[in-house]
Amino acid sequence: MASRDDIKFLSNPNIGSQRKKYCRFRKFGIKHIDYKDPDFLLQFVNEQGKILPRRITGNSLKYQRKVARAVRRARHLAMLPYVTDLLK
Amino acid sequence: MRNYEVTFIVDPVLSGDEIKSTAQSYVKMIKDEGGKIVHDGEMGLRQLAYPIKRRTTGIYYCTEFEVETGEMIAKMELAMRRDERIMRFLTVALDKYGVKYNADKRAGKIGTKKKKETKEDAPKDNKPAAKKAAAPKKVVKEAVKVAAPVKAEAVVTETVSTTSNSSEEE
Repeated sequence: MASRDDIKFLSNPNIGSQRKKYCRFRKFGIKHIDYKDPDFLLQFVNEQGKILPRRITGNSLKYQRKVARAVRRARHLAMLPYVTDLLK
Repeated sequence: MRNYEVTFIVDPVLSGDEIKSTAQSYVKMIKDEGGKIVHDGEMGLRQLAYPIKRRTTGIYYCTEFEVETGEMIAKMELAMRRDERIMRFLTVALDKYGVKYNADKRAGKIGTKKKKETKEDAPKDNKPAAKKAAAPKKVVKEAVKVAAPVKAEAVVTETVSTTSNSSEEE
C-alpha cells in the first residue's frame, strides 16, 4: 500500500510561489543610508515619488525608518521630488 | 565631541567668487565657534528636483565637522536663514556609522555600483571554466535522474491503482 508520502502532486507545487523578500541592509551589512544619494533612494519610491511600504521593499522595520528619513531629507534638499509623475 | 554635517544649496546666479566666498564664510564660522572641519566638499551644480525661488539648479555644498556642543548650530542656521544667497540647508547629526560611511566614501571604498559591476564581470570570466568542471557531474546527475523517474512512475501507478480500488469500494 502506498502511504500518504508517496502521493505525488499532479502539477508542480513550486509554480507561483514567490521568492522570499529580505532586508538588503541586514543582508549586506549596510549601516548608514545616505540622503545625498538620490539614485540609491530611487529604489524605495514609486513612480509618483511616494515611499514604498515595507511589505513591498522587504526592509526590516529599523532600516525602513532610516530609508524613510533619508528620502524625506533628500526631498527637502530638492534631490528627490515631493510630487511628480513618471519619475522612473 | 559630536559630529555634524551641514548641506546647503547656494544660488547659482551669483558669480563664481561670490559662491565660493559664501561657502567659505560658513566654514570660517564653524572654525570660529571652535569646530573642527573634517571635510569640506563641493558637490557642484545639480539639477533641482523642483524649483526653489524660481531656480531650477543649485550649487550644493556639504561640510562635515566636529564640535564639543551643538550650541553653535542654532547660530549658524539663523545666519543661513537670513542669508539670501542660500536657497536651502540641512544640518544633520551623524552617528558613528555616518562618520564611517563618509570616511569610506572619501577613501573611494563606497562606489558600490562600480564594485558590483566588477563583481559581475569577474564571475562571467570564470563561468566557462566552472561549467567545464561541472559538466561531468551533470552527466552523472542525469543518469541518476533517468533512473529516478522510472521509480516515481512506478509509485504513481501504484497510488493510482490503490485510489481506483478505494473508489470502487465506495
